[in-house]
Amino acid sequence: MDKIQNMKNEYQQMVKKTSPNSNLLRDSVRAFWVGGTICAIGQLITNIVKSFGYSKDEASMIATIILVFLGILLTGLDIYDSIGKYAGAGTIVPITGFANSMVSPAIEYKKEGYVFGVGARMFLIAGPVIVYGTITSVIVGIIHYFI
Amino acid sequence: MSKHIGNQTIKFDLPPSIIETASIVGPKEGKGPLARYFDTILHDPLWGEKSWEKAESKLVNKSIEKVIEKANITPEDIQYIFAGDLLNQLTASTFGIRNYDIPFFGLFGACSTMAEGMMLGAMTIDGGFADYVIAEASSHFCSSEKQFRFPLELGTQRPLTASWTVTGSGAVIIGKNNNPPYITYITTGKIVDLGIKDPMNMGAAMAPAAADTIVTHFKDTGRTPNDYDLIITGDLGYVGKELALELIKKYNYDIENIFSDCGIEIFDAQTQDTHAGGSGCGCSAVTFCGYLYKEMKNNKWKRILFIPTGALMSPGSTQQGETIPGIAHAVVIENQLG
Repeated sequence: MDKIQNMKNEYQQMVKKTSPNSNLLRDSVRAFWVGGTICAIGQLITNIVKSFGYSKDEASMIATIILVFLGILLTGLDIYDSIGKYAGAGTIVPITGFANSMVSPAIEYKKEGYVFGVGARMFLIAGPVIVYGTITSVIVGIIHYFI
Repeated sequence: MSKHIGNQTIKFDLPPSIIETASIVGPKEGKGPLARYFDTILHDPLWGEKSWEKAESKLVNKSIEKVIEKANITPEDIQYIFAGDLLNQLTASTFGIRNYDIPFFGLFGACSTMAEGMMLGAMTIDGGFADYVIAEASSHFCSSEKQFRFPLELGTQRPLTASWTVTGSGAVIIGKNNNPPYITYITTGKIVDLGIKDPMNMGAAMAPAAADTIVTHFKDTGRTPNDYDLIITGDLGYVGKELALELIKKYNYDIENIFSDCGIEIFDAQTQDTHAGGSGCGCSAVTFCGYLYKEMKNNKWKRILFIPTGALMSPGSTQQGETIPGIAHAVVIENQLG
């Protein structure tokens, strides 16, 4: 038994050595500038909306809606996945990434119908984000209440 | 005399002939280095169908139609079809051949399916159970992504160890001993699992199985790497090929100069952005039916060892933290007998 385990360990070391790693620095730089650009666009929209006399909260809400719309539009036009491939976390973390994660399964599973296809599978990737995001917000809310 | 030699190998008394092959590939494969070897290249991965799954079934259907047509026989002449794919419950194959009136064996060997079909087909012919059989295997990039990975439009990065599922279907007709090339030996692989869990590094999961089958083949047959013009695995890719070479070296066999991989041959990794290489049942199937078969007909190689490799996992097994068992089957194809 030990012999087999040793063989497995030895092989896993071999695999680690042979498998190429992603270029962390390059990927980080790309994520930073693309993600930063998306945020800057969000800020720009907020500022423009504010100049029309909306409050800060209203303006951020409108900016969010516009960014989500853009994320969905670019997903539908088969562009977002290419940007995502280039930028990685830079396009996953902003709210546009959330929109992409909802719409891409909706497109993919349309063939399975609107109920069990689009409706159910839409949350395939975003579901965990919503679940754990909600739980986290409750915990933070409780902490906030006592501080 | 027994046809079974050594531990896992069969030597055919009257080696069955590979009568004809047909291959259909998607647009990306059609832009790759092997493009000129394929019979049909699609311009649209959906091929006018409503879903990826339907498109894959059409690949199955049309490649079988094509191979029968090329061999100049009729569907009634075929006694069995051995076919498989990657989709749940083999729907690509079963839906693809449901309008043919031919007895069917459904196979799942992950990406090693082409070899599984050729081995069983050759045994059926050698056993005298049929005059003609078809072995077929298919995969489709989009249906595989949908089933095993993420929706196509999701903006994600693929690790450098990930492979690219080939869109394509390859079909061969195997018949009684006639013209070359022949299937002379087969070495059926065992499941080998050295504990790799990463489904984005399937080459690493399959390399030990490939090495095991290749070494066993040499031991069973008494042959050495020098007996072959080409040893080509199914879809180990760059990472898996490197690992398999290293593992085989431990048994004192050096195959480096004649060793290749269908997943490496089918795409140009530099320009086609396919990372570790091609994969899927279709990878070894179309590479064999296009490139290998046609070049054997041209006598570029006289004897090859073809070893499709499979990673036997499901999305569920990966999520449950299971390791990925690998398998590899070796088929010897020769132009001369005796």
